[in-house]
Amino acid sequence: MSQIAEADKYSNLNKTVMNMLNKPSFGWWAIFIFDMIFLAFGIYCFIYQVYTGLGVAGYSHPVLWGVYITDFVFWVGIAHSGTLISAVLFLFRAKFRMSIYRIAEAMTVFAVATAGLFPIIHLGRPWNFYWLLPYPNQRGLWVNFDSPLLWDVFAVSTYATISSVFFFIGMIPDIAAIRDTVVGKAKKALYSVLSLGWKGSNWEWSTYTRAYFYFACFATPLVISVHSVVSWDFAMANTPGWHTTIFPPYFVAGAIFSGLAMVITLCIPLRLIFKLEDYITMENFEGMSKMIILTSCIVFYAYLIEFFIAWYSGNKYEYDQFLYRANGDYAFFYWTMMFCNGIVPHALWFKKIRNNLVILFIISLLINVGMWFERFNIIVISLSKEFEPGSWGLYKPSWVELGITVGSFAWFFMFFLIFVRTLPALSIAEIKEILPVPRKNGGSNHE
Amino acid sequence: MSDSRKILAIYSYMDLLIDTIKELRSKGFEDIRAFSPVPSHEIEDALDRGYEPSKVKYFTLCGAILGACVGAAFTVLTSLDWPIVTSAKPIVSVPPYMIIIFECMILIGGLSTFLGLIINSRLRKNVDPIHYDERFSNDKFGILVTVDSGDFEQVEHILRDFGSEELKLNGEVLEEKVIEEETEEEKPAEAAADEKPVETEEEKPAEAAADKKESDS
Repeated sequence: MSQIAEADKYSNLNKTVMNMLNKPSFGWWAIFIFDMIFLAFGIYCFIYQVYTGLGVAGYSHPVLWGVYITDFVFWVGIAHSGTLISAVLFLFRAKFRMSIYRIAEAMTVFAVATAGLFPIIHLGRPWNFYWLLPYPNQRGLWVNFDSPLLWDVFAVSTYATISSVFFFIGMIPDIAAIRDTVVGKAKKALYSVLSLGWKGSNWEWSTYTRAYFYFACFATPLVISVHSVVSWDFAMANTPGWHTTIFPPYFVAGAIFSGLAMVITLCIPLRLIFKLEDYITMENFEGMSKMIILTSCIVFYAYLIEFFIAWYSGNKYEYDQFLYRANGDYAFFYWTMMFCNGIVPHALWFKKIRNNLVILFIISLLINVGMWFERFNIIVISLSKEFEPGSWGLYKPSWVELGITVGSFAWFFMFFLIFVRTLPALSIAEIKEILPVPRKNGGSNHE
Repeated sequence: MSDSRKILAIYSYMDLLIDTIKELRSKGFEDIRAFSPVPSHEIEDALDRGYEPSKVKYFTLCGAILGACVGAAFTVLTSLDWPIVTSAKPIVSVPPYMIIIFECMILIGGLSTFLGLIINSRLRKNVDPIHYDERFSNDKFGILVTVDSGDFEQVEHILRDFGSEELKLNGEVLEEKVIEEETEEEKPAEAAADEKPVETEEEKPAEAAADKKESDS
């Protein structure tokens, strides 16, 4: 019986994916318009900031990196698990990645597209953002390659390019499947171009699988390098609370942690709305939950060891900084982070909780909140109490900053909503690889 | 037109496809192309393509080396172009440049892999769309055999005997001949039955439409 059901899955998969691309329902439009309202507000806030000046952001001396840089690090972090799921787990041949990796990869591309906005929004004269890029200019001056901020430009733009190409390569056979089924001349032409004329011949497959493998090999160190570089934005400075060697692994683990939580946040409603229970199974959530436990342990360990080293090093500035984090003006943010990232994920040790999608969804939201607070803690608290007591100060995000932050979420979800309606959100070819191949005379699926 | 013809056989089952490939190869037909909705080692093995590894790796390697060189040249030469001492570091300070070199290596290596994929799979060994069936991206498998006109009948027999559901020649279904033979044989029996041919004629388009619907979905 189950064998028949399994066999049906093979041919029904294309149908399932095509159904997702049908004319959007009223519900989709309602969500999309709701999303657009928030995006419009975010855009309004940005325009207001450009016209009025950066003063409308809550920046005050000494905290001149606030919510915008927090948002930047948060979104770059979210972007990480997509490539982790698509590339790293591909190299490890983890089967639970197959049905969720497309969603995770799309999330990566859109999250990088969101993260990339923030360094520009954060500029006083955003129209001059291209000064960051090395290009021949009249002054004959080049960029400063010793600066971590420039490493960021290279790392994030490389990551955006490679993850987009990786995302596209993964979709080629699936776009071809849509091309073969879709009705309507314009749609057919569009998907034909995007599929690059894919026909699924053995020669194409053998080249494709090799290329995909090499891409995964490139993407894996890239994931690690990008968030390491982002962490060096802080760790290269001598600000207390920033200047530690633990930052790169701590940031990478945190990025994967938050990204996995975001994948769960996206997958659960998507599975429910499009009835993807046959393909996005509990096994997928199990796998992600276990990885969340692992990365949560690494992150929590980093929180503790930071404290320990602050005390053990005998560096008074460092130690005071950490005491201030836990007891000072921003203690609420610190303990919320500790609770959301260090305590809550341990509920996932219990299988009952892992298998309860409502609780899992709530946990994933809490982790996202916790990870946003983590970046806020690192950036704002360290800056507000640096070495000289004379220049200590407090920072409060302004409504403009919060408006742009909300707008960034709307921007991210806008891409995602369009994605699920236009491109294959499930990887048809890869899911078919784990489903039993139709055989007349039986035999095993995997040779 | 040369005297070789390309015959496309469509299968529902992977094992039948593999058996056919093996049979064809044992009879000396080597110009075979297989289609499948998923990559398959079984097909690769049956076609014995192991000896001809993909050339994408050369694109990847050359791209990565080129990228690293570009990164190194870019950082060093621009620093020397306008030498300003920043943060008391040497004009050419290698450790931070390694990051730029690494990123350039990944960027150009990745893009050249993509180029390698397009060149190797699409441009070098493309299949004419006329020899493709849209069901190959769903749940059907296929093989395209290039044969001399003289061997055509033999190959057609092998393909039919090994469970091919449909044969196509230049995009046109080759099944007609068999159907005609069958209908001719059946005709006397049908003629004996009252008005049966009319019914079957009515049914046929309906069946065809149903089949088409199925394949469309």
